[in-house]
Amino acid sequence: MGVKLQTLTDPKKRAMLLSALYIAQEQFGWLSPEALERVAGRLGLSIGQVRSTASFYTMFRLEPKGRYHVQVCEGLSCYLAGGAEPIVDHLVRRLGIRPGETTKDGTFSLEIVQCLAACDLSPGMKINDELYGCLKLETIDALLDDLTQRAVER
Amino acid sequence: MKSDSLSTTSSFEPVLTRNIHRPGSEKIETYLGNGGYRAARRALERTPAEIIQLIKDSGLRGRGGAGFPAGVKWEFMPRDASQKYLAVNTDEGEPGTFKDREIVERDPHQVIEGALIAAYAVGAGRAFVYIRGEFFLGVKRWTKAIADAYEHGFLGKNILKSGFDLEMSVHRGAGAYICGEETAMLESLEGKPGNPRLKPPYPAQAGLFGLPTLVHNIETLACIPHIIERGPDWFAGIGTAQSKGPKIFSVSGHVNRPGNYELPLGVTLREIIYTHAGGVRDGRRLKAVIPGGASTPIMTAMQIDVPMAFETLRAAGSELGTGAVIVMDETTCMVEVARRLTRFFSHESCGRCVPCRIGSVRLYEALERVERGQGEIPDIDRILELAHGIGGITFCPMGTALVNPARSAIKCFRNEFEDHVRKGHCVVSRRAFRGGPDGKDSHRR
Repeated sequence: MGVKLQTLTDPKKRAMLLSALYIAQEQFGWLSPEALERVAGRLGLSIGQVRSTASFYTMFRLEPKGRYHVQVCEGLSCYLAGGAEPIVDHLVRRLGIRPGETTKDGTFSLEIVQCLAACDLSPGMKINDELYGCLKLETIDALLDDLTQRAVER
Repeated sequence: MKSDSLSTTSSFEPVLTRNIHRPGSEKIETYLGNGGYRAARRALERTPAEIIQLIKDSGLRGRGGAGFPAGVKWEFMPRDASQKYLAVNTDEGEPGTFKDREIVERDPHQVIEGALIAAYAVGAGRAFVYIRGEFFLGVKRWTKAIADAYEHGFLGKNILKSGFDLEMSVHRGAGAYICGEETAMLESLEGKPGNPRLKPPYPAQAGLFGLPTLVHNIETLACIPHIIERGPDWFAGIGTAQSKGPKIFSVSGHVNRPGNYELPLGVTLREIIYTHAGGVRDGRRLKAVIPGGASTPIMTAMQIDVPMAFETLRAAGSELGTGAVIVMDETTCMVEVARRLTRFFSHESCGRCVPCRIGSVRLYEALERVERGQGEIPDIDRILELAHGIGGITFCPMGTALVNPARSAIKCFRNEFEDHVRKGHCVVSRRAFRGGPDGKDSHRR
């Protein structure tokens, strides 16, 4: 899809960009170059404007991620509560992938993230939009078993 | 270490958090059933100038970190402009802070009521709520609360037959710490990368889409209905000389009962940690405390009798910040604390100006060298030099924030940095962990 050169940008349309990127990400699973072009076309923005915003924010995925995107907090409070690296290490062993990677079957991807503002529930992590707190290695295992099962049944 | 002073705050009546433990506390019915929107009704019967005076008299200062007097900010809003905005900051990202998440998830109407009163006082007809992208439940709660407020006539046209109109909408951020800074948040609301703007002009002069904009943290807005209901004298009667009212302290780290505690400003760290948060975990000794979130300087266990107020913490060499108290016991390696927090800030630098973009990475690299036992003694002074070259000279307050962990850790615990260099490993931490992104062992031994 080609994008016309824009001489003027409607500020109200540009203000819709984050929402539009969320919608596109929801629809396509990630923000492929085609998805970004489509967003640019719809809002009358240049591809540069769309790309600069999409690449600035960590929650926009510019590459495909697993069906379950596991995000482990490495913040200070989680570390003090025994979390962060021990949890990442455990997930690396268990999933066979390193942070930033996705399992071959596309079920899980792993990412290290910054403070999730849930330090009362340290150590914590997120899987997709769901927050999990007060983690222990056993509860993580049970959770992954459950998600693996669901992925198989799908 | 045990508390030897008698608690003065265990009987303090919570105001901002009074509803959050009720079942269905997020619902408008619960809020209305406990006197909700009564303050808005009363406020709309008075003139905007009277409301501004009430807020000035209360002494309310912003709860987002900077502590700017709210009433003064309201007065900065031009009176003659035809279109003005209110921006509601729910982009809680300061590590250690989780008060705004709890407020928006459990009592969003308190914030809507505060926002309505503030918007009326400054003549803003449109409110934009900006919420952190990760707060998935928060977004749902905000959206539902706003819809219910519209349905009950607390938002929309001719609110409570006052002739005042206010439209409100929710906008989701997408993962950027810097968007908690007010001008970066405005850029983000406009769909752009969250790069802070040069001030002046301040948002009150030229904010969102270039129009006068009042920006507030949601805890600040949550205070407003209570000031209207109970009067400015009640509010000003709580706290210290320059820090008035109740404050929510988020307590985390090595305590028995982490959580949010609403207490009067001026409460000591000792009381927060030992009376309210259940003391230090596993009977260990307290070593250090961060009093106001990751960007505020670290304090030692010797300083916990300092009152938690803007002026007293500044005098003690730290800041109140967001009131997020991170507690560290005797097993904590302070080099690792500095390394970890600096890693956060170097990750979150927006990249706009060089001292922050490059300086934060160099600072992190130096800290990582020392932490791994690969540093040299002059590295410690190099870290301080770097910090001196970054703090206070960047485009936005991020530069000052990012050097605070390293600078304060060295100031209070220099011997630990020297031990790392001389012995090649940590002598404090009992915890084995992996350092650095490439997975090399450091503390493991």
